[in-house]
Amino acid sequence: METLLNDFSPGLFVVSTILLLALIGLMVKFAWKPILNSLEERESGIEDALAAAENARKEMQNLTADNERLAKEARAERDAMMKEARDIRDKMIAEAKDDAKEVTTKLIETAQASIQQEKQAALAEIKKNVAELSIGIAESVIKKELSNKKDQLELVEGILKDVTLN
Amino acid sequence: MYNLIGAGLIVIGAGIGLGQIGGKAMEGIARQPEATGKIQTAMIIIAALLEGLAFGALFLGK
Amino acid sequence: MKIAQKTIKFLLIAAITLFTSASFASGSDKKHDNQNDGGRVNTKEEVEAYILHHIKDSHDFSLFSYTSNGERKHVGFPLPVILWTSEGLVTFMSSEFHHNDDGHVIVEKNGLKFAKVHSKIYELDNGASSINFDETHHPTNAHKTLDFSITKSVVGILLIGLLLLFWFSRLAKQYKTKKIPTGFARVLEPLVIYVRDEIARPNIGDKHYRRFTGYLLTVFFFIWVLNLAGLTPLGFNVTGQLAVTGCLAIFTLIIYTVSGNKDYWMHMIWMPGVPVLIRPVLAIIELAGALLIKPFSLLVRLFANISAGHIVVMSLIAIMFTLKESLGVVGATGLSLVLSFFITLIEVLVAFLQAYIFTMLSALFIGMAVAEHEHH
Repeated sequence: METLLNDFSPGLFVVSTILLLALIGLMVKFAWKPILNSLEERESGIEDALAAAENARKEMQNLTADNERLAKEARAERDAMMKEARDIRDKMIAEAKDDAKEVTTKLIETAQASIQQEKQAALAEIKKNVAELSIGIAESVIKKELSNKKDQLELVEGILKDVTLN
Repeated sequence: MYNLIGAGLIVIGAGIGLGQIGGKAMEGIARQPEATGKIQTAMIIIAALLEGLAFGALFLGK
Repeated sequence: MKIAQKTIKFLLIAAITLFTSASFASGSDKKHDNQNDGGRVNTKEEVEAYILHHIKDSHDFSLFSYTSNGERKHVGFPLPVILWTSEGLVTFMSSEFHHNDDGHVIVEKNGLKFAKVHSKIYELDNGASSINFDETHHPTNAHKTLDFSITKSVVGILLIGLLLLFWFSRLAKQYKTKKIPTGFARVLEPLVIYVRDEIARPNIGDKHYRRFTGYLLTVFFFIWVLNLAGLTPLGFNVTGQLAVTGCLAIFTLIIYTVSGNKDYWMHMIWMPGVPVLIRPVLAIIELAGALLIKPFSLLVRLFANISAGHIVVMSLIAIMFTLKESLGVVGATGLSLVLSFFITLIEVLVAFLQAYIFTMLSALFIGMAVAEHEHH
């Protein structure tokens, strides 16, 4: 301890205190402040640049996603339009078919109706003819047969029978 | 003469202490090599404190 | 560019004023038997005296000395001696002591007599014409003066300070024109980042570290470069001077005492969470630890490590002389070269390590003072 104290030089202590204070002050002012500020600036610059790159990457991703979405939408729209067109076409065809069917059925119906009419008319005529013919036949038969009384009765009876059956 | 013996005792003690610190730090590093930096820093600080103590004692005795 | 030019000019002016006023010269004087300042050293005692002399501060900057025609020649330059004596300020050049270090040469100035003993300048008492020593080699009829001389250590501090200022202001200036420095500044930049990110930030904390980084950086580079300068043949032993390390330690003490927050003082003076009776005892221990032990360990550690390093290197070099008889000239020289080479390598490591530890512990102490505790 004694040697330690003997070695200690108060003068050197004072001088080195002054010099060190000056050195610390000068170094802080002319060296450390600008250096540390620049370092921090650079570090924050790097950080910003990295963040900006990340943002750009994200934006790019968003952009591609947007594009894809748009393309999808366009495709969907096109599909919808095509489908609609197809539907319209189908509908038109169906309508046309229906119309045609209706017309034909109507035609057929009228044709059938007229056929029926003709048939009725023809039948009526045939009936009339048959009736006239039968009357004629009957007249001649009657003229021939009515010479016989018994036959006359039989005939009347037979006709009557037929009439009731009719 | 007596302070030489005292100095020897101090150096023995400090040597044992430093050996312990170094040895344990080595063990720690061997067990967890990923903590090497932290262990080294702590080791140096503790060794420095021990050294300060030993030097203090040596100079008080001188 | 401007700052660099100014720094260079400043350096030049400082160097010129230093060297011209000190008249770079080789002085010569008669060899004294007991003179341990660069005289021939052969015996163990002489080696010891020589080493102890060389780890001390010195009043002149001697580079080397040699003997020719029986006269001792010293090459170097004298430095100004500035003393605050009982009669006021006295200045003269250290060459007036003629490299004498044992009090035989008496310098008379302003009616006062001065003698230099073991790198300390003594003012002789009234009426004394030569210095007398007691048996423990302390002067009996002289007393120490306040010595503000520009000693070798002061020259070292000035030179290294200017060097640091020059290097780092150039680095600072480079950032104005480019993002990444070039040349030597590129070496300095990672060191600055290292101190900031490995020493200041983790120990002080993200919130406060900015305020103290300037001090820590200055101290780190100051100690490191001066430690390395101590390993050069110039033989600075600035960080091995108690006055310098004490000054650094006191700076740290002042910084962490002044910036200590309420919690820090609370924990020191009236420790919460312990029985009231123990609190005063703890306060004494804590106060002693913070105000005495911490700075004392800081100052002694640096001083002792660097001084010990110098002593070991010089002792190993002295093997050359002390073992000359038993090993022969070649053997002793070879052994001394090999050993001192390896110990110098270790000293280069120690130079960094001590700067690191001083800065680290300063940061740790400051960190303790500004730490914010969560309240329990």
